[in-house]
This record gives sequence, structure tokens and C-alpha cells, in this order.
Amino acid sequence: MSLKSTLSLIKTRFKLYWPLTKSLQTGLLLSTGLAGYMSARCPVMHWYDFLGLGFSLFLAIAGSTILNMWYDRDIDAVMNRTHHRPLADGRLTPTEALRLGLVLSVLGVGMAVAMSPLYGLVVFAGLFFDVVVYTLWLKQRTCWSIVWGGIAGGMPILAGRAFGTGHIDGIGILLALAVLFWIPTHILTFAMRYFDDYQAAKIPTFPSAYGFQVTRLTIAVSSVVAALSISAAGILIGMQWGFVRVLAVLSAGLMLLAAATVFRPTERVNFGLFKYASLFMLSAMILLSL
Amino acid sequence: MKITLLDRLLLLATGLLAAWQVAVGINGIDTLPMIAYTVGFGVLLVAGLLLIILGFEVLDSPVVVILSTVILLSLSLGLVWEHLAAYRTLYLVFAILGFLAIVITRSVPMKNKLPVLVLAVVHGIAGMTIFLLPFLLAFTGRAAPGFALVGLGGALIGLGGLLLSFLKAGKPILSRKTILKILPGLLLLTTAAFVLGFSAA
Repeated sequence: MSLKSTLSLIKTRFKLYWPLTKSLQTGLLLSTGLAGYMSARCPVMHWYDFLGLGFSLFLAIAGSTILNMWYDRDIDAVMNRTHHRPLADGRLTPTEALRLGLVLSVLGVGMAVAMSPLYGLVVFAGLFFDVVVYTLWLKQRTCWSIVWGGIAGGMPILAGRAFGTGHIDGIGILLALAVLFWIPTHILTFAMRYFDDYQAAKIPTFPSAYGFQVTRLTIAVSSVVAALSISAAGILIGMQWGFVRVLAVLSAGLMLLAAATVFRPTERVNFGLFKYASLFMLSAMILLSL
Repeated sequence: MKITLLDRLLLLATGLLAAWQVAVGINGIDTLPMIAYTVGFGVLLVAGLLLIILGFEVLDSPVVVILSTVILLSLSLGLVWEHLAAYRTLYLVFAILGFLAIVITRSVPMKNKLPVLVLAVVHGIAGMTIFLLPFLLAFTGRAAPGFALVGLGGALIGLGGLLLSFLKAGKPILSRKTILKILPGLLLLTTAAFVLGFSAA
């Protein structure tokens, strides 16, 4: 096989593999892990630790996401939003995706354990909660599965913090709580926006179990709790007052939008809250890292 | 009208400038003006982000009038508290009552001209304070010459407010398309003038 055809093959596979990682979601979770590490304010920060953390977290998060997509391929195939994904439309075989997901997960967790056993344990816990508890066990059984999805989502920031400090502390738990309460904003907004899709796939969701109004209220309350948790963590970390002020302003914006989704709900406002919450989380992570 | 990439970039720059001002604060001032300026620039920051996310349609919301009132009242309160000590309490009372009056007249449906009258009085006094006070202080030597830029910011935000108010009232000075085209640039210039003016002070 010539070099050109090898490169072409790699490019083709990469184009198929990349969407499996949900790059934006993986990127955002990765940023929480890095921010958790930076929040530890280590007396000495080594670039190889930072890069190792980023690489191992990326592998573990991407691996678990691929395993999630491998298991949900039949659901993805019947949903309008996801039927074009490489696994759902048959461009990639399930076996290939499973192998890729397992390889990335094992590499990510293995690398994390080698860097620090505690850090590795938290990364493994995130993978376990996401793949086994959330995806395999609960997602198709109860709408409350999002709690476990949220706990899994909170593990990267806890892992980063644990790697930086060498132990699990209250601030790390608070940061993980912030991500846990941010996750419903993400998942429940999708559950409302693509309600018919989820119904067709027979996935239990908050809107189908409790109605849209309760779902909007849940999103609003969880957004507020997420904002309060991250602000409290920021103050406890000793974040500069100027950054605390910026965080307070951004939190106020989040609460304003959350209130709007309850009292003046529209499709635009609901999706606006989803986008703002992602931007809020990214901004909070940057502020925690400074 | 759909929001363009350039609009988004201008609004992002507005948000970043406002965030920077909130983060660095202003040295040597009391707690109340610090809170007032934080609120004013904070609303500019959040407004920029919401425009990027929700598009220009968000300007049709009745909340916009209330948020613009918050910007004007908070910045003017900060200026009065800092530079007109004799009027502090009086202006604080005006700011609180003015804000409540705007919220009530915009929340309760009214068929008379009271909402417009309240808006004109509150925005007029607060807007003229932000416009005139910095110029006055700069020209009389009681503040650095660059502080006049805060007044320029006041004039620009007043211009934006007038354009939007007349548009909402159904008597537009410029077409909706033109107003929305210049709005992101106007917001950026306003914020830049405020930030430069306060840093000069």
C-alpha cells in the first residue's frame, strides 16, 4: 500500500471516528478537567502533567462517548437528529466502533492510573457511571438516568482537581456538583426540543414523564444551583474579586434566562438557555483557571 | 433581520470589554459606586451575549427596556455618588423609584401615556447625567480630560436608546434594518468609550 493511499485511509477513518466523540461535548468536559487541575493552584505546575492530564482525559471521555454511541446505535437510527451518525447509518460497523471505544477507554484510564492512582480511580469512576450505570443500565429504563449521567459528567473536574491537590476535597465535590447540575440544562433542553424523536425511540424523558412545565422548572432550578455551586467554589478557591464579580454577572444572566424559560417559555429562549449555559460553563472554567 | 458574523464579533468584543471592566474594577471608589458600575457593565456584558445567542429578535422583548434602564440608572448613580456627594441620597432614591416605576409601567398593561412619560423622565434624567456630568468634570479640571469619554459613551447609548424607542413606538427615525445594522458597532463604541473614560479617571 502506498503512502498516499495509507494517508487517504487514515483520513477516511478519522472522518468517521471524529463524530463519534461528540467533539464539542468532549471538549467542554475536557476543559472542566483542566480547570479542576488549574484550580488546585499547584505550587509547581509541570507542562508534562498538564498535557498528560489533557490527553488521558480526552481518551477516556472520547472512549466512553463512543461506547455510549455504540450501545445507542439502534436508538440513533430512529431519531431524526441522530440518524445520520456514522454508526446509525451503517458507514461504520458496530464491531469497529466497539473496538475503538474500548481501546480509547483502556488507554485513557490506564494512562490516568499510571499518572496517579487516585486520579485514575476518579477517571475510571466517570467512565463506569457513564457507560455502565447511565448508558447500559438506566437510560432506556428511567428518565432519572440523567442524574447518573450528571455524576459521570462531574468526574473530569473532580479528577483534575484530585490530580492537582493529591486528594479529594470539598471544593472538588462542589465543582463536580456544579457540572452535575449543569448537565440537566443540556440533556433536558434536548429532550424538549427533540421530544418526538425520543418518543419514537421509546426513551423515557422528563418531558414525557412529568410534562414540559416541570421540565422547564427543573432546568431553571438546576441552572441556578449550578451557578451558585461554581460561584461558591470560586470564592473558596480564593479567586480574585474581579473574577468573582464577572462570575456573578454571568450567573445573573443565567438566572435571568432560567426565569424566562419558566415564565415566558419559547423554543428560542429554551435553546438560548442551553447555549448560554454552555458558554457560562466554559467561561467559569476559564475564570477558575486564571 | 438575521445576525451576521461581523455583528457577532462586534458584540463579542463588546462583551469582552465589559467583562474586562467588571474584572479590573475602578480603583479608590466606595462600595456602592463599585456595585453600580459592576451592574451597569454586567448588563452590557450579558446583553452582548444574549444578542449573540438569541439574535436581534430579543430586542422586541419588553425586558429590553428594563435592562436598558438598569444600565443608565446604575452608571449614573455611580457617577453621582462619586462626584456629587451632596446629591447622593436624593439620586439613590430617584434611581430606586425610577427603576420600580419602569418595571411597574412595563409589566401592567396601560392604555394611557404614563409608561412613555415615566420612560422619558427616568431615561432623560439618567441619560443626561451620564452625558453631561463627565464633560462638566473634565472641562472644569475636576477630572482627567479623558473622563469626557464617559460622556461620549452616554451620548452614544442615548442615541441607541432613542433609535430603538422610536422604532418600538412605530415612528422610526431610521429603518429597522439600518438600526440593526449599526447597533452592534454602536454598542461596541459605547462600551469602549466608557471603559477608556473610566480608565482615564
